[in-house]
Amino acid sequence: MNAALLATAVNSDKLAVPHIRYLSILPPMIMIGGAVLLLALASLVSRPLRVRVGTWGTVVTSGTALGIAIWQWTDVGDHGAHTYVAHAVVMDGFSVLITMLISAAMLVTALVADGYLNREGIEGSEFYVLAMVSASGAMLMGMANDLIIVFLGLEILSIALYVLTAFNHRRGASGEAALKYFLLGGFSSAIFVYGIALTYGATGSTNLTQIADFLAKNVLLTDGLLLAGVSLLLVGFGFKVAAVPFHMWTPDVYQGAPSPVTGFMAAVAKLGAFAALLRVLLSSFGVISSDWRPIIFGMAVLSLILGSVLALRQRDVKRMLAYSSINHAGFILLGVESARASGVSASLYYLFAYTFMTIGSFAIVTVLGREGDGDHDLTRYRGLARRQPVLALAFAILLLGQAGAPFTTGLWAKLQVVFAAISGGSVTLAVIAMVTAVIAGYFYLRVAVLMYAGGDDQARTQQEAVIAQPPAMISFASPEGVSANVTTINAELLMTGEAPAPFGEEVPSVVPVPGLTRVAIGLCVGVTVVFGIWPSPLVDFAHQASLLFLG
Amino acid sequence: MHTVPFLTLLIVLPAAGALALGLLGLDRRVSADLCNAIGIGVSLVTLVIAVATMVAMKVSFGGYQLVSNHAYTGVSLGVRWFLGIDGISVFLVLLAGVLFPLALILGRDRANSRAYFAWILLLEAAVMGSFLSLDLIVFFFMFELTLVPSYFIIAGWGHDRRAYAAIKFFLYTFLGSAFLLVGILALAFIHQAQTHVLTFSLVALAQTHLASSTEILLFLAFTAAFAVKAPLFPFHTWSPDAYTEAPEEGSVILSGLLAKLGTYGIIRFDLNLFPHATHRLAPIFLTLAVIGILYGAIVACAQRDLKRLVTYSSLAQIGFIALGTFALSTQGLAGAVLLMLNHGLIVGALFILVGFIYQRRGTWQANELKGLQKSAPLMAGVFTVVMMASIGVPGLNGFVSEFLVLSGTFITHRWWAVVAVLGVIVAAIYLLWAYQQVFHGEPGADDAPTKDLVHLERLVMAPLLILIVFLGVYPKPVLDRINPSVNQLIAHVEHATGQAQPPVATQGVGGQR
Repeated sequence: MNAALLATAVNSDKLAVPHIRYLSILPPMIMIGGAVLLLALASLVSRPLRVRVGTWGTVVTSGTALGIAIWQWTDVGDHGAHTYVAHAVVMDGFSVLITMLISAAMLVTALVADGYLNREGIEGSEFYVLAMVSASGAMLMGMANDLIIVFLGLEILSIALYVLTAFNHRRGASGEAALKYFLLGGFSSAIFVYGIALTYGATGSTNLTQIADFLAKNVLLTDGLLLAGVSLLLVGFGFKVAAVPFHMWTPDVYQGAPSPVTGFMAAVAKLGAFAALLRVLLSSFGVISSDWRPIIFGMAVLSLILGSVLALRQRDVKRMLAYSSINHAGFILLGVESARASGVSASLYYLFAYTFMTIGSFAIVTVLGREGDGDHDLTRYRGLARRQPVLALAFAILLLGQAGAPFTTGLWAKLQVVFAAISGGSVTLAVIAMVTAVIAGYFYLRVAVLMYAGGDDQARTQQEAVIAQPPAMISFASPEGVSANVTTINAELLMTGEAPAPFGEEVPSVVPVPGLTRVAIGLCVGVTVVFGIWPSPLVDFAHQASLLFLG
Repeated sequence: MHTVPFLTLLIVLPAAGALALGLLGLDRRVSADLCNAIGIGVSLVTLVIAVATMVAMKVSFGGYQLVSNHAYTGVSLGVRWFLGIDGISVFLVLLAGVLFPLALILGRDRANSRAYFAWILLLEAAVMGSFLSLDLIVFFFMFELTLVPSYFIIAGWGHDRRAYAAIKFFLYTFLGSAFLLVGILALAFIHQAQTHVLTFSLVALAQTHLASSTEILLFLAFTAAFAVKAPLFPFHTWSPDAYTEAPEEGSVILSGLLAKLGTYGIIRFDLNLFPHATHRLAPIFLTLAVIGILYGAIVACAQRDLKRLVTYSSLAQIGFIALGTFALSTQGLAGAVLLMLNHGLIVGALFILVGFIYQRRGTWQANELKGLQKSAPLMAGVFTVVMMASIGVPGLNGFVSEFLVLSGTFITHRWWAVVAVLGVIVAAIYLLWAYQQVFHGEPGADDAPTKDLVHLERLVMAPLLILIVFLGVYPKPVLDRINPSVNQLIAHVEHATGQAQPPVATQGVGGQR
């Protein structure tokens, strides 16, 4: 396009500015607006902004976004689902539910981060600014009806997360994790864009609805280009949702990132990426589901098995939760794989349950990490119930919920995705998923028992060595490695029994739990238990959202 | 119509008690005695409700009674709070009502007794829920819920190898239930495909048309969970460890009630939902049952450890329950249901007695004990009665049920019954031998005199003894309530398979001729 043409295009009246219904894109706008306001405020005052200001700013902003999402929900209920802004974004039950979840996750994370930032002595509002920008990206992914918008959201989400990962610049691990995340994330974004390009080449559009129309009306005689495009898209998504074999970054990044960031990342990045994945696969490529279902099947099986088996050998709680989140990703993929409305609703419900359980778990890990955020070894959880019964009970409930204990949202979530898999005819997948749930149940309970059975007396120390250790019969990964592990741990535990702890003079003491963090943990536990005992509101909500799915 | 929601109360009350104790336990100022009193009180009120439930039931009606049926999740998931009771479940509910207060009374001196009581009450709610649910998902939730408190009870208050035993117990049973969940969901999906209604109601799902191979697969998925829980013979390897390492009250609950969840599940769900598959695979399970009876008895003979001896004798008894169930005759099934009740009482009493011995002497090794009869004659007497009941001496409760099981099996599957009788004889050998070792003879010079049963211990043993004798002498009221339900279930199986049992068995038992 030469300059003259460009000039005429700009000067003519025909420059098409699409009609914008602002309600549809209001929540991410509010998030970014809040971030900008906070940044402006911080640059206007001479000293670094107090943490509390940022906290309340974020809470108010995400609370507003949540309120707008409820307004959107009634609007969708009254007028049905529609696309807006030149069909680039969609407002339907599905997008609204994702927006609500992301707002809620942001709100809870802000409460947790307050205590963390105060403890670590990190001043300024940058943490909140970055987190809100990141959340707006995830919201965009949830409402995107165009691959370009998906990519836009993905990048807004990711770039802010890269910085957040490195946020605690005093920890070397933090920077290392951020570099890993950035390099691998950059690759995956590039692959994703290439996937968009190939899909555009094959179908002539990046708009999800138009792709679906094209595929419905045309039979592709050679569909290599399309399949290559879809596969590359799946690689990009697989990276963001941390599904095997694109999970390599997860344990290192989860471990290295500041704990509140890990919780935020685990929840929000998965929310955004799974939302976009569900929409792209089901609304655009629903016609060729027989082509992508086997790929998702494979990813689900690998994520389920590797996530649960590798978690058995972790001695760092954050790494263990990282692998468990890979296992969760496998479960959510069950709903995707079923390629049906009940699967969407099941995945949505799972995301709902997972968001609160995971943010709550990482909130507790943040608190127990103590100053420096470095105490994440399993042995530090021994006897927690004796020192801090409420905190131990909350963590036990969140872990049991993740394991799928009855009368928590965790089991309802697992039940629905497994039912979706069976409805989709993948009984094998359902069986594999449940078997990995058993393996996963073991490592969650291991922590719970350490907290409860672990006493202060020496006689019990040997007992916990056994508890803390996966029995050889289930860790079929590498028997030799495990037995080597046993000896080192036993030696270490003997040391803790007789000599001062390996961490120096300090004897495990009561960890202060900041007030706002208490509120956050209480919220997460409350959601997990209350909606576990009284499931119908949430189940119906997810079901309604999937009925209002513009596909 | 009834106005009191008995069945819901039976579940909600212990659960509320557990919650209250859990919350009180967080406050260290509340005295342990108050917590104990609350726990025992709640379990006693639950017992009263259980008795009231039995009284409120119609005797000669075989279907589900006192039903409460409410929406639990929305229609999109179709789970309902569907509870009901019949002649098969009512005595298991009563058994739970009796054993839990005893377990609480015995466990009142344990360290951190608030948490212990809270777990046991939660377990009671889950056990009651499992026996009462007629919605498969609610049943599954309750069935799974039993795992969490049992795990914490074994791991927190067990003996030396408790961590290993708890993990083994958890993994085995959880793995079994994983298949159960997939089975339930698959069955509901098939039903939905046929009727366009998504429901998990046992009554509705029993009407599903299943292809023969599908039915067998589903039957196996369900039975995997129940066979591990019971435990049936090749799936029993977790039980000696779990029963031995658990605290004594835990063993009482584990073997007296949780084991019944498995056999109850087979009767309630397998026979109702998969009559064809049950009938076709019955010979395999009968064989496993007989192997279990003989294996349990022979291994029990080789035990020097009283607790492991009781564990293996329990395995043999579970074999008898399975034998009566898979015989698919009215007598056999009625015997199996009665044996579930009787075995719960007997094995509960045995574990409690073994616990008394351990408290006094600090060992379960039979060869380290001698001549207890001299210093503790009352304990010896109680042990004799319970032991005789376990052997199956006429006049005590064990005899009635074993007789019904064996005669019911003889009618339909003669040779299995013949072999199984050997198990009764071997049971006499190892129990009498153990009794001789422990109670007879002169106490060794270094053995301190053993204290006899004290007041509270007598109080705990009394209801068990009374029931053991009463059910042996006059089982009619119990059989009158069991039989209508059993007849209905056997009729359902016969209707589905088109195979009738020989006419001699179609008459009712226990005075209904």
